[in-house]
Amino acid sequence: MFTYTILILLLPFLSFLVLGLFGNKFSHRVAGLIGTTSLGAVFLLSCYTAYEYFFAVGRGAAGVYEALVPYNITWLPLGTLHFDMGVLLDPISVMMLIVISTVSFMVHIYSFGYMHGERGFQRYYAFLSLFTMSMLGLVVATNIFQMYLFWELVGVSSYLLIGFYYTQKAAIAASKKAFIVTRFADMFFLVGILIFGYYTGSFSFSFVNELKLAEGATAFVPVDAARAVAAGGLLLPTALTLMFIGGAGKSAMFPLHIWLPDAMEGPTPVSALIHAATMVVAGVYQVARLFPLWIAYAPQAMSIIVWVGVITAFYAAAVAMAQSDIKRVLAFSTISQIAFMMVALGVSLPGHEAVLDNHAQLGYMAGMFHLFTHAMFKACLFLGAGCIIHAVHSNEMSEMGGLRKYMPVTHWTFLFSCLAISGIPPFSGFFSKDEIITACFQYSPLVGWVMTGIAAMTAFYMFRLYYGIFWGTENKEAHAHHTPHEAPWTMTLPLIFLTLITVTCGWGVNFGSFVSASGLDYPIHLDTQIAITSTVIAIVSICLATYIYKGERQPVADKLQSAMPRLHQWAYKRFYMDEVYQFITHRIIFAHISKPIAWFDRHIIDGFFNFLAWGTHELGFQIRGFQSGAIQKYAYVFFLGVLALLLIMIL
Amino acid sequence: MDYSQFLFMREELSLLAVILIIFLADLFMSKEPKEGEAAKGSKIGLVACVLLGIHTLCNLVPCCGMEREVTAFGGMYVHTAMMTIVKSILNVGTLVVFLMANGWLGREENRVKQGEFYLITLFTVLGMYFMISSGHFLMFFIGLELASVPLAALVAFDKWRYESAEAGAKFILLALFSSALLLYGVSLIYGITGTLYFTELGAMLIGLNENLLLAVLGLTLFIAGMGFKISLVPFHLWTADTYEGAPTVVTGYLSVVSKGSAAFVLMTVLMKVFADTTLASQWNIGLFWLIVASITIANIFAIQQKNLKRFMAFSAISQAGYLVLAVMGGTAQGMTALVYYLLVYMVADLGVFAILNVVEQHSGRIRMDDYDGLYETNPKLAFLMTLCLFSLAGIPPFAGMFSKFFVFMAAFNAGYQWLVLIALVNTVISLYYYLLIVKAMYINKSENPVPAFKSDGYTKVALVICVAGVVLAGIIGVGYNYIDTFAYGME
Repeated sequence: MFTYTILILLLPFLSFLVLGLFGNKFSHRVAGLIGTTSLGAVFLLSCYTAYEYFFAVGRGAAGVYEALVPYNITWLPLGTLHFDMGVLLDPISVMMLIVISTVSFMVHIYSFGYMHGERGFQRYYAFLSLFTMSMLGLVVATNIFQMYLFWELVGVSSYLLIGFYYTQKAAIAASKKAFIVTRFADMFFLVGILIFGYYTGSFSFSFVNELKLAEGATAFVPVDAARAVAAGGLLLPTALTLMFIGGAGKSAMFPLHIWLPDAMEGPTPVSALIHAATMVVAGVYQVARLFPLWIAYAPQAMSIIVWVGVITAFYAAAVAMAQSDIKRVLAFSTISQIAFMMVALGVSLPGHEAVLDNHAQLGYMAGMFHLFTHAMFKACLFLGAGCIIHAVHSNEMSEMGGLRKYMPVTHWTFLFSCLAISGIPPFSGFFSKDEIITACFQYSPLVGWVMTGIAAMTAFYMFRLYYGIFWGTENKEAHAHHTPHEAPWTMTLPLIFLTLITVTCGWGVNFGSFVSASGLDYPIHLDTQIAITSTVIAIVSICLATYIYKGERQPVADKLQSAMPRLHQWAYKRFYMDEVYQFITHRIIFAHISKPIAWFDRHIIDGFFNFLAWGTHELGFQIRGFQSGAIQKYAYVFFLGVLALLLIMIL
Repeated sequence: MDYSQFLFMREELSLLAVILIIFLADLFMSKEPKEGEAAKGSKIGLVACVLLGIHTLCNLVPCCGMEREVTAFGGMYVHTAMMTIVKSILNVGTLVVFLMANGWLGREENRVKQGEFYLITLFTVLGMYFMISSGHFLMFFIGLELASVPLAALVAFDKWRYESAEAGAKFILLALFSSALLLYGVSLIYGITGTLYFTELGAMLIGLNENLLLAVLGLTLFIAGMGFKISLVPFHLWTADTYEGAPTVVTGYLSVVSKGSAAFVLMTVLMKVFADTTLASQWNIGLFWLIVASITIANIFAIQQKNLKRFMAFSAISQAGYLVLAVMGGTAQGMTALVYYLLVYMVADLGVFAILNVVEQHSGRIRMDDYDGLYETNPKLAFLMTLCLFSLAGIPPFAGMFSKFFVFMAAFNAGYQWLVLIALVNTVISLYYYLLIVKAMYINKSENPVPAFKSDGYTKVALVICVAGVVLAGIIGVGYNYIDTFAYGME
């Protein structure tokens, strides 16, 4: 059973190899078909895996979905520790398989239209396949080291895809920035992994799952290694926090978020796949994967996750309100929404005697649910933005306005997704966001109200974006010159598909019966008070946005901007975070740390090696006589060698 | 007599069958050239490659009762599962050499004696088989001689070329010298114990007091004799001259297959016969200095070589040092590391030789500055060469890095931290000279580069095997684990 799951990793890898090695031998159409077909197969396989896992196999004796490991090989043995490679199936990894394969498949289809005629089309599809393979490998990792390996691979493919237009300076700078910032965070991740491995004697996730399965007991029994760690005091919380820093880098949490807005220089479908739906939620997934450990050994440290999440959510929402580049608005919205998921995981309370508990850890389910719904509607929004950019050849809102007449399909799908992200029932975002806010109120009313406020900001800036693109002031001059047109079917079909999921999956699927903290069935129920409050607040925000931005002329918006020029400027410049980084890196680190180190490296270290090379070279010249070619001499040296060896061995 | 004992020797028998078939086929396939007509090539190369390929596949991994240790003929013949693995590695190496050889044997002056090349080579392989599976010093010596004497014929195969003939003479004279010393050592051991069976020797050499010095002398001479085959410093002086003079294909064979089998036998015999704690500490000290000398001196010489075959000779001496590093301590981990290192070194080294050979066949050029600007004219060959050189130097993610890592780990765990440190420093130096070739191919400009040419199909297959090994053997970790299941150490 499940032996076919290895294909889910192999197919995209093969497609990467074929396209990477022989891509230029194929026409664009064939190359695209190879990538898309393999991804289609992966999509079907993932759906089948999910069906079999949740329905055919179903719940085990304890009433939970058991973690299955259809593959596990020891890749590098290092004494007691060993690096393994394998496939792990459990509710969250199966859910991620669905998310990644669906969005990736849609992006593959979409790119047919979007990348039509681009130079390097084959290379683009090869990188997409590489990315998909890496991301799938990350989520099905059986141990934290495998996760780390694929984590880095994901980073590399993201780097390659952001810098896809490598002739543009901005794209190159953005790809470097993304790579360096996330690598910087990954360093902490690696240190965390090493501490974790050293003190638990294993990299495997299996003991995480043992904790999970022990929910029937009144207090769960950690494995011996884990108990030793627990006795070791702060080590495990430290390791977990370091790993969280790695996750925060990948998931663009403040203050490591600076790479994500720049990453929008990549092709738009890539933004949809990597920088909205899959890679950026890797950090959330990592925290969820280690969730039982957090709850059991580091419940206090979880407040770090909460506050980092809250600050990020607020900051990103504030910045999103002032951006004029539509992809930037979506990027900051993504940062804010991922922060929602992080907050959700963080606000889980330690349950009764550390038993995993669905009610106390509602946030776990809510966070995963939001991950799922957000992936769908945010991908749809990004792909919609791609259609718009495709039509008007610009990212700036000023070039748009009034596009609803020209692009009906894009318009309607975009609207539905906006309603979903704003949390309007019956769209999926309403359900998941509501669970998150419920969990927040459970944790502390303060966090609950702050998050409700940020949700209101979300509704506001999303509709500012929506009206800015489809209503508002139409740039008639530009449109007369070049009439916008609806995108081809390859681009609109994914939009429709993703919108269908967005519209139905909130009320159509009871997410809690698949993924929940303890693994037991958890029927989702809405807290009426919170549901009504947040819906009303969202509607008010939308009305406000309608009032300000819908009209052909926007006196209120102009007045607001001129009344608070400072605030607008600050938000537009993202509160000068990039400048702060510039200052720290250039003025402080480069000038005072890097330069002396570079000098030391160039003169002392290199000098030593140059001396070594010079010395060996000279020595070689001196002893060349040995190799004279005279056979008598060879035998003589041979015999002397035997004597020397004998002397060494006797003495 | 129990004839079923022959069943344990199925690898040797299968190889012998291959040899006989090739012998007969060669007889019927080669035609005498008519007067005034050039000799015609035959398809014997294809036959040899296919037969050896079948033989390799049939005996690839231990199965059907060969997984455990068996002895036959009263202990003369011993077989363990690990030996099957080593023999398979030798088979693959020989197969790659055969594939490489095709272009060279197709030359007019060699066409007549094509078949001989395959036969002589396979006889040396058979000798190595017997050497590996020997349980008695006599058997061991016969295997050793069967593996060395025909080698001299191979080295002198281009006998119309002065250097080849000279190299053959040098090789055979020094081989006799070392064999004589080795035989003297064995006779000393016999004088002490009165037996030549490895298992009996192992038991009788324990706790020696009065004859300890004699035993150490015998041990020294044994190590020296094997040191000649493995080409450890200071028994290496023949290497550079012989490697340079021998046909490139034969050089490749010498540097990998012949050397690798000797290293493995050195380990098994030391572990079995000289297992006594005093003797073990003696040979560990001896090997310690041989390794330090081999790696360091070979590196110093390699840097200044201008002829690539001489260069590869010193590279091979240095690599032999790493190979023997795994012998230290005689642990199971060391045995795995040795066999794995042998496999990885073989693919990378033969890959380089395949390219040296094909370039030499097409342009007759073999000096380092001939490779200037190779990337401009033959980008694919230059790229493959780079991969193989990276693996030899131990740059991740190629297999060489993993094999070096395992060897270092084995020696480190056996308690030779300083030796590992010295080897590590030398790895850095070796990086320098391997990259010299890469620099020549990619960066140096040449007014007269090797012209572009197309390699023949056989060479392409050989290169595919080698490069696949270089790229995959490391990152697919299963291989090492698989070998590890057969390893055994001294207690």
